[in-house]
Amino acid sequence: MEGSAEAIAIRLGRTAVDTRRASILAVYVIWKRDVIRYWRDRVRLVGALAQPLLFLVILGTGLASALRGAGGLGGLDYQQFMYPGIIGMAVLFTSVFSAMSIVWDREFGFLREVLVAPIDRSAVAIGKALGGATQATVQGLVLLVLAPLVGVRLTPLAVLELIGLIFCLSFALTSVGVAVAARMESMMGFQFVVNFMVQPAFFLSGAMFPLTGLPGWMAVLTRLDPLAYGVDPIRRVALGAGGLPGPLLDRLSLTIAGEPVAIWVEVVVLVAFGLAALSAAIWSFRRRA
Amino acid sequence: MHEDQPPGWAVETRGLVKTYGKVEAVRGIDLTVRPGEVFGFLGPNGAGKSTTISILCTLIEPTGGQALVGGIDVVRDPGSVRARIGLVFQDTTLDDQLTARENLEFHAFLYDVPRSERRRRIDRVLEMVELGERAGSLVRTFSGGMKRRLEIARGILHSPYVLFLDEPTLGLDPQTRNRIWEYLHDLRRREGITIFMTTHYMDEAELCDRIAIIDHGRIVALGSPGELKGMVGGDVVTLRTRDDRGAAEEIGRRFGLEPLLDSGGLRLEVEDGASFVPRLLRELSVSVDTVTLSRPSLDDVFLKLTGHAIRDEEVGARDRMRAMAGRWRGARGRG
Repeated sequence: MEGSAEAIAIRLGRTAVDTRRASILAVYVIWKRDVIRYWRDRVRLVGALAQPLLFLVILGTGLASALRGAGGLGGLDYQQFMYPGIIGMAVLFTSVFSAMSIVWDREFGFLREVLVAPIDRSAVAIGKALGGATQATVQGLVLLVLAPLVGVRLTPLAVLELIGLIFCLSFALTSVGVAVAARMESMMGFQFVVNFMVQPAFFLSGAMFPLTGLPGWMAVLTRLDPLAYGVDPIRRVALGAGGLPGPLLDRLSLTIAGEPVAIWVEVVVLVAFGLAALSAAIWSFRRRA
Repeated sequence: MHEDQPPGWAVETRGLVKTYGKVEAVRGIDLTVRPGEVFGFLGPNGAGKSTTISILCTLIEPTGGQALVGGIDVVRDPGSVRARIGLVFQDTTLDDQLTARENLEFHAFLYDVPRSERRRRIDRVLEMVELGERAGSLVRTFSGGMKRRLEIARGILHSPYVLFLDEPTLGLDPQTRNRIWEYLHDLRRREGITIFMTTHYMDEAELCDRIAIIDHGRIVALGSPGELKGMVGGDVVTLRTRDDRGAAEEIGRRFGLEPLLDSGGLRLEVEDGASFVPRLLRELSVSVDTVTLSRPSLDDVFLKLTGHAIRDEEVGARDRMRAMAGRWRGARGRG
């Protein structure tokens, strides 16, 4: 028994756990868990190619034919126009879905293991946002293999730029997802979120049609959609690398007050949006027991 | 170094109160737990066990009173308390898509177990609960008992000062329950850990060093199982007769005792059961069908102190529901 009494003394002697250090480790391990689970679920990775393919091949071919008769997009093939939008779609769905795993974890009890740990709650939000962003980025990048299928030629530099853009978009969208999931009690709310946030975000993003010449009310809504600030630069980089002339690209681009928005501005908007959402998520996690 | 000396009590509460609106879940609880003891918190569902344990684990704040774990106030410094306690909840909080080892690694990072100790410590706790060979298996392939063992291993991974277990054997078969108890006693011996657990199984409470019996948010008795049983005073004689009511009346008259009459028959508390029973059979005019002589159990203590039995049927139904819910969720998790 003396041995154990000594052990107790040593343990109590351990100064209060360094919360900051434990929190940084927690961000890492929460991120790592998401990556492990994603990697283990490779079916999802492959399955995630199916829906975009469906959109590109069937919807893309059909709309391309219809638009060709109606004058088209100034010489740009509709499938090519749509392709970056489909990447945005894949990123959007993966981001939201991975953030929603927080609700899942709450239902299965695993979230408790994290919430009772001696860490700052911000670690949960940040770890989840980074974990989801990583998954969504990979999911978006997988779609780059479809580029030759729709006749888009990518240069190595373009691929590098796309990785950065896709990550910024993934981070912004996942952070919004985490902020919503942090407040959600059950999976019931999930369908609501999909219907009232994800679908409008997708439709208004410019993924399926150019955001030019729209009625005023809709033009305003599209400019408020964070996904629009991701789809537009992805499109400009992906199609610009394939040799699409600048003026034509500008005409299809996101404009504010008639001027095309610069890519760096779009990146700033995405990052700012992501950080704001992440702050909201942190606030929610800190507040609840 | 003297400031690192263990405090007087591993757990201490003074006038702990928790109310939800008008409902008083915990109504002034005072208790002390010694370092290194296995302390049982016994009572029916809804008695305030889980609420009290949640306060001690910093999961909810008390409405009034004070609670200290390892001498640290749970309200003033919850972070330090969290770093020093291990928790095993009623419902599983494992990630069943990860392996046993991955679940433990996750925990080791959350509690900042030093890198140099991480692997050794994980191996050791896995070996302690006999899951070493299944370290690389996904938790979703584990049985309920294996999951519970893994959770206990996880609860002690960061060498906590107090391990809290909320109904650790709920819904497990008797054999697995016995194993879990072997681990807990082994743990106390090897790690000198203080164990604070809730249970509503009377036979399990017997395995604790000390027990607090809680009913309707209050502690009605606190002591070792032997001390508590001493409160019943002597032996318990249970009789079944042709006419229980008549027998009760006659025993009251002839022996000056007050038999308790319930569906199980007549219950008597006597000083010396071995010599009382022959006398009873000789002198009682009502014919006796069966006689049982037993040492008092904690059931008898509970009955005496609260006037009602710990509601076992109700608990059984809840266990079954919980087990069903677990299976359903397990199946959905795989789907």
